Amino acid sequence: MSDMIYRIRDLRLDFPDMTRKPLFGPAPRIEVLKGLGFDIPRGDVVGIVGSSGSGKSTLGRAMLRLLEPSHGSILFEGRDITHLPESALRPLRRKFQMIFQDPMSSLNPRLTVGTIIAGPLRLHGFDDLGRRVGRALDHVGLPEAMRHRYPHELSGGQRQRVGIARAIALEPDFILADEIVSGLDVSSQAQVLNLLETLVRELGLTLAFISHDLSVIRRLCKRVIVLHRGEIVETGDTAAVFRAPKAACTRELIEAIPLPDPNQTWA
Amino acid sequence: MADARTFVSRRAGLRLWLSGGWLVLLTLAAVLAPFVSPQDPLAQDLFAARLPPFWQAGAEAGFPLGSDSLGRDVLSRIIYGARVALIVAVIAGTLTCLIGATLGLVAGYFGGWPDLVISRLVDIWMAFPPVLFAILLIAVLGTGLSSIIIAIVVIDWTRFARVVRAEAMRQAAMDYVASAQVAGRSRAGTMLREILPNVLPTILVLLTLEMGIAVIVEAILSFVNLSISTDQPTWGGMIAEGRLSIYQAWWVLVFPLVALFLTVLSFSQLGEGLKDRFDPVLR
Ligand SMILES: Nc1ncnc2c1ncn2[C@@H]1O[C@H](COP(=O)(O)OP(=O)(O)OP(=O)(O)O)[C@@H](O)[C@H]1O
Ligand SMILES: [Mg+2]
Repeated sequence: MSDMIYRIRDLRLDFPDMTRKPLFGPAPRIEVLKGLGFDIPRGDVVGIVGSSGSGKSTLGRAMLRLLEPSHGSILFEGRDITHLPESALRPLRRKFQMIFQDPMSSLNPRLTVGTIIAGPLRLHGFDDLGRRVGRALDHVGLPEAMRHRYPHELSGGQRQRVGIARAIALEPDFILADEIVSGLDVSSQAQVLNLLETLVRELGLTLAFISHDLSVIRRLCKRVIVLHRGEIVETGDTAAVFRAPKAACTRELIEAIPLPDPNQTWA
Repeated sequence: MADARTFVSRRAGLRLWLSGGWLVLLTLAAVLAPFVSPQDPLAQDLFAARLPPFWQAGAEAGFPLGSDSLGRDVLSRIIYGARVALIVAVIAGTLTCLIGATLGLVAGYFGGWPDLVISRLVDIWMAFPPVLFAILLIAVLGTGLSSIIIAIVVIDWTRFARVVRAEAMRQAAMDYVASAQVAGRSRAGTMLREILPNVLPTILVLLTLEMGIAVIVEAILSFVNLSISTDQPTWGGMIAEGRLSIYQAWWVLVFPLVALFLTVLSFSQLGEGLKDRFDPVLR
């Protein structure tokens, strides 16, 4: 097994631009990812930051092969998955999982929490589903009894934990987390981040964490990739990037972090 | 908030009980017709013609809702008419639902060329005026129970296809569908196990609505004598006959009308009631 989880070279992806589609003929393409290259070693926690529309989610969905790149290559554990058809991807899918931004929309509202977590396990031929579901719930700090609840009966933070439980239950090699705390209030945010930190430590997860909030990245990630308009403008150690940001847009993102004002008082 | 919820569920519960109650009663009567109807629905007795319902002077035992101008028992004819109405409702409703919902689901979820083909077909289909279409079909197929059922299915599948397609499209854009793909579920599996349960409440409401529509269509066709053979009692046929003697015997017209009205209303309310009662998201 290779100890590079991902090896990405010159990754390009374009969408048809429907706003400029002529009456007849195909729409012109608009390039959203413009030749990205980076590696993710096993055990790494990588932050992917960038302003809105910089292509973070598109990159994530391409890495999980929810989208097919138009150019370049994605090697997952040494295997080229760039253009693999869905049928060939399916057995591999257990190994790369995703936690979605909006847990309300990413959990099927008609299924109980237990069914939601057990479904993917059953697809990949796991046995002893009941116990595995229980363990996954335990890992994310939800009581066993939650398995009989429906998603709409949970709080936002609890829902996001169910999303995490579903991903880790499959014992994947890699997890992508796309803006998973941006929909939560501050205290649930902190709890979910703590949980993720613990899971990374305990399970040795390899994680890519997408966010537009650098303060979250600084806490969680060793390494950071800064995206701007579909290109990588900066990459390196999180601490180093914070100390001496090279690109202008990185500086902007750092300045956007609200600093506690020492002069402010409660009075 | 809690109060509003219990209020809604109590009202929904009442609606469910009333509509379900009427339909169960009607079904039992239809199934057990030979045992529960007081008279032979076809037996004519000119000496017992135009008997009024039981509470009016001149009523006779054995004719609780009166008799028509040929002396046939109105209640018995309503009960036997319910057989035709319910058979058409259940079979036509279910077939329409199966065909329309399947096409709608496939078009809405898969998109691409299946959607293109199905949507064009729906558009073309809907360009035909439905009543003309129905009469044309019956003219070609000949009258009879199966012709009525075929006519309803052929005309109304587009209603299911359109509504289910739109709902399936809305569901397909949700992240839980992407998440099923991440989990490695096949396209067909995702459609059946993730999307279908979410579209099912809509389908259920449409299905019961369609059953009500089927009852009306059968009544209209038998009213204009395009339904099954005239010697079998049908609600539409009774209404047509009752219309002729409305001043002498209003009950021949009114009772089948009431039965028709209650049945159609119950079908539409049943769907809404079931949805409110058993939908975990609304509960
Ligand atoms: N399906 C699509 N069709 C056309 N354009 C798209 C599509 N998906 C994304 N885009 C475009 O690609 C660009 C990048 O989108 P993406 O969602 O990856 O941004 P993002 O960095 O995740 O932003 P955010 O922080 O707002 O989530 C945007 O300009 C968007 O309009
Ligand atoms: Mg995004």
